[in-house]
Amino acid sequence: MSPTNPSRTTVITDQVAESITRVEELGYEIKVREVMTEKVKCLNPTMTMRETVEMFRQEMISGAPVVTEAGKLVGVVSMEDLIHCLCKSDLDATVEKYMTPDPISVHEYEPVVEALKTFVNSKVGRLVVLNLEGDLAGILTKGDITRGFLKALQRDYENEELRKYRARHLFEDINSDRTSLILRYTIKAGDFTHGGQASSNIKRALLRLGASPQLARRVGIAVYEAEINLIIHTNEGGIIRAEIEPHRISIRVFDNGPGIENVELAMQPGYSTATEEIRELGFGAGMGLTNIARCVDNMALESVPGSGTRLRMKFFLDEESVGEGLSRNKETS
Amino acid sequence: MKIRKILELTKGKIVNDYDDLDREVKGGCGADLMSDVLASIQPEAVLLTGLCNPQVVRTAVMADVAAIIMVRGKKVPQATIDLANEEQIPLILSPCGMFELCGVLYNAGLPCFEKPISEDECICDE
Repeated sequence: MSPTNPSRTTVITDQVAESITRVEELGYEIKVREVMTEKVKCLNPTMTMRETVEMFRQEMISGAPVVTEAGKLVGVVSMEDLIHCLCKSDLDATVEKYMTPDPISVHEYEPVVEALKTFVNSKVGRLVVLNLEGDLAGILTKGDITRGFLKALQRDYENEELRKYRARHLFEDINSDRTSLILRYTIKAGDFTHGGQASSNIKRALLRLGASPQLARRVGIAVYEAEINLIIHTNEGGIIRAEIEPHRISIRVFDNGPGIENVELAMQPGYSTATEEIRELGFGAGMGLTNIARCVDNMALESVPGSGTRLRMKFFLDEESVGEGLSRNKETS
Repeated sequence: MKIRKILELTKGKIVNDYDDLDREVKGGCGADLMSDVLASIQPEAVLLTGLCNPQVVRTAVMADVAAIIMVRGKKVPQATIDLANEEQIPLILSPCGMFELCGVLYNAGLPCFEKPISEDECICDE
């Protein structure tokens, strides 16, 4: 494992947490019992080492736990023990003589990461797994862990594919006369730190739903400009409501004031009422509404000074901007 | 042009967690007005800017920018770095100025990715 792998004693900071890989996470999530080999071939302490060799050969294994008639675990025989015995040409000796007593064990409900630590510290190739009663539950090799991780990663991958598939087929799988997905976001006035979060989320949702990158970009830019407007120009912020349908995307942005004195003037490129402070942030150049107009298929801006502003934007999904999931619906609105 | 090459040409360094130095950048755009960026930049460009607030990263995400170069070696706020990490966009800090950097990259063959404004929007002839 990498050096960033947190042990129980280290404090995990957010920074460390971010660098934890999925495989490392799995080490904590997966329990030993999920990856171990159950129903292992066991040796009896009174068997001969010759019988042991024969069993290893037949079963194609390189080690086995030693269990008494009463079912008590007393040791393991590994290749090393076998070589030891062969060197002395002592194959008729009993298993008891050459086995490693008091084998290193892990608990079946411990996370795999504990077993990995034990492997690193003990340099053995196989751990005995015990159940809650302290009896033999199985055997764990590094190969078991690798196989378990690969299976878990495969499962993760399939889940993500399924999630994408579901999102893409949302509109096909749900039947109604008119299906739409509505996303709502509350934007606070003056909150530059979170400015753009709503538009990022809408853009991401569209991509997940199968919209083309071009469409997602147009919607993202238009909503972003509107979101920034709510942050810069409103008293209390406002609401962004995005309605996604198979044939169009309708976005409404509304606030409760102060409203725009002269909508026509506000629409002119370069006209701005933004303060110097806002200009220093790179905004307030008077291009926001112009940019929105450029991105949308249809827009309407209504404002009543003193009461509020409503911006409606529409995007129609034509052949070129359609992805796999959001498909054209010939019906017109 | 690869990020690796851009780092070399701009004498820059990446200030966030990003290590795909072989990522391709197809063009460039220089602007301090985020609305200009949103209006003009084509996808997969490197954005050169004098700003370093988090909104630069948000703007970059909206406009499908491949990398951001912050000119004149300013101190980049942690919030900007955090957001760039989240969005997996490389943030390059260069000691050089905007004019020099645009020139260097353009001369090295990086095309301009700023869309010209349409004729009816241009007021130059009025």
